[in-house]
Amino acid sequence: MVSEHIVKSYDDELNRLNRTIVEMGGLAESQLAAAIRAFSEQDNELAANIVEEDEKVNELNFDVDQFAVQLLALRSPMAEDLRSIIGALKISSDLERIADYAANVAKRVIVMDEYPSAKLAAGIPRMAALVQPMIKDILDAYVARDPEKAMEVWNRDIEVDDIYMSLFREFLTYMMEDPRNITPCTHLLFMAKNIERIGDHVTNIAETIYFLVHGKRMREHRPTINEGNSVVTPLTSRSKLER
Amino acid sequence: MGTMAQQIDKKKQDTLDARLVRKPISTSSPSAAANEESPLPTGAEAVAATPKMSTRKLNVFYDDKQALINVDLDIRKNKVTALIGPSGCGKSTFLRCLNRMNDTIEGCRVTGKVTLDGQDIYEKSLDVVELRAEIGMVFQKPNPFPKSIYENVAYGPRIHGLAKNRAELDEIVMTSLERAGLLKEVQDRLQEPGTSLSGGQQQRLCIARAIAVSPEVILMDEPCSSLDPIATARIEELMDELRRKYTIVIVTHAMQQAARVSQYTAFFHLGEVVEVGDTATIFTSPKDERTQGYITGRFG
Repeated sequence: MVSEHIVKSYDDELNRLNRTIVEMGGLAESQLAAAIRAFSEQDNELAANIVEEDEKVNELNFDVDQFAVQLLALRSPMAEDLRSIIGALKISSDLERIADYAANVAKRVIVMDEYPSAKLAAGIPRMAALVQPMIKDILDAYVARDPEKAMEVWNRDIEVDDIYMSLFREFLTYMMEDPRNITPCTHLLFMAKNIERIGDHVTNIAETIYFLVHGKRMREHRPTINEGNSVVTPLTSRSKLER
Repeated sequence: MGTMAQQIDKKKQDTLDARLVRKPISTSSPSAAANEESPLPTGAEAVAATPKMSTRKLNVFYDDKQALINVDLDIRKNKVTALIGPSGCGKSTFLRCLNRMNDTIEGCRVTGKVTLDGQDIYEKSLDVVELRAEIGMVFQKPNPFPKSIYENVAYGPRIHGLAKNRAELDEIVMTSLERAGLLKEVQDRLQEPGTSLSGGQQQRLCIARAIAVSPEVILMDEPCSSLDPIATARIEELMDELRRKYTIVIVTHAMQQAARVSQYTAFFHLGEVVEVGDTATIFTSPKDERTQGYITGRFG
């Protein structure tokens, strides 16, 4: 489908940019997986490692920024090359935030050590189990430059938001039941929020992939979360993705 | 595939490359190697850091008009150095100093030092013809000889006596055409006139012609100005390959071309080198305001 540039070094450079994004994505994925493992097993050492490892992702983000600027200056990229480089800049930024959120979850794990709250925690791994494959799949969509796959992943975020909302209500009830639950539940709530934000960043990446390939915006109305404003979320508040 | 092409195997290419290791250009001065006032590094670093060519306090006058003012510039080995700047800034004049083409211009006076591998090329006793084989030049408008493709490339080696017999001459021609990325397109019509080729092919023929006399440095004066973007891209890819064996200096009006092909860029303005540095830095964060002004199009 796509032929090579006449100047081979140009292709080499674009491939290098791609590879760095993929590397960042892999790290973000494994950081989240490790954070959830640390949570389930209350493994403080693992959690501390995760916080340190976040620096690697930050470094890669900086590399992408620098290299993208250099490519823009030296190659005067056009059309899909230009969108590709701009896309890499944006995706790198989203991946960096995803890794940050994973590290934030790990930080909370360390704090949670004081609260043996197994009963309260079941929803967190369940949310993560939805989000982790989203990260993997969106990276696959990026490598394949597949906007359909990207949109499919985009749609899965709706379920993540749903779980977040129900966890929100669940934690509220625990807090109302017993004031001693307030501190641990607040931490858990932040963790849930972090994971929910990871899902949002994945949808950002999906939108960037769409733009990268088609050169125009994914036309959609992103459903928003009604945190605690109503008991039932009316179905009409969600719009279907336009194809 | 032509039978001639099949004969060019690696062994023969190596033999050709052996010619690249030239003896120093003949000169009667015994102190040609001495470089007392040069700020070039000495000792162990010298081998790695010694530039292929360098100029010190180079001044050029056309009658009373000074075209270059105290230019100190190093050209690094096996790299592409681009010279950019507005019209009349002296970059083509500078390029022509590197192989003494300015000698042919009446009223042109050159002072200062220009060295190749540490040797002063303006030494009075130096063989200028041999110099111009060692430092080849490609011009803006392709200028193949009114001869066959084969003869265009064979002419130089023949008059420089680089081939002992017809077989060796064939080798040189075929290898040069291959290195210039032209062989596949012309191997079946070597006897056709050079002028029957397209613009891009003619330019590659001129590059092959320059390569045929085993240069160490190739100077290019706006080599792609008369070519379309595809032909330009092919020449730029060729430059990427050529710099493994040769040192290249290119003058270009198209800043984007300098950005694409070079590792080092020198910005000339009103006869002076305003700034020189690695290309990525020059085009992303130049140190001098004048450089910034030129490359952002804030003044002509």
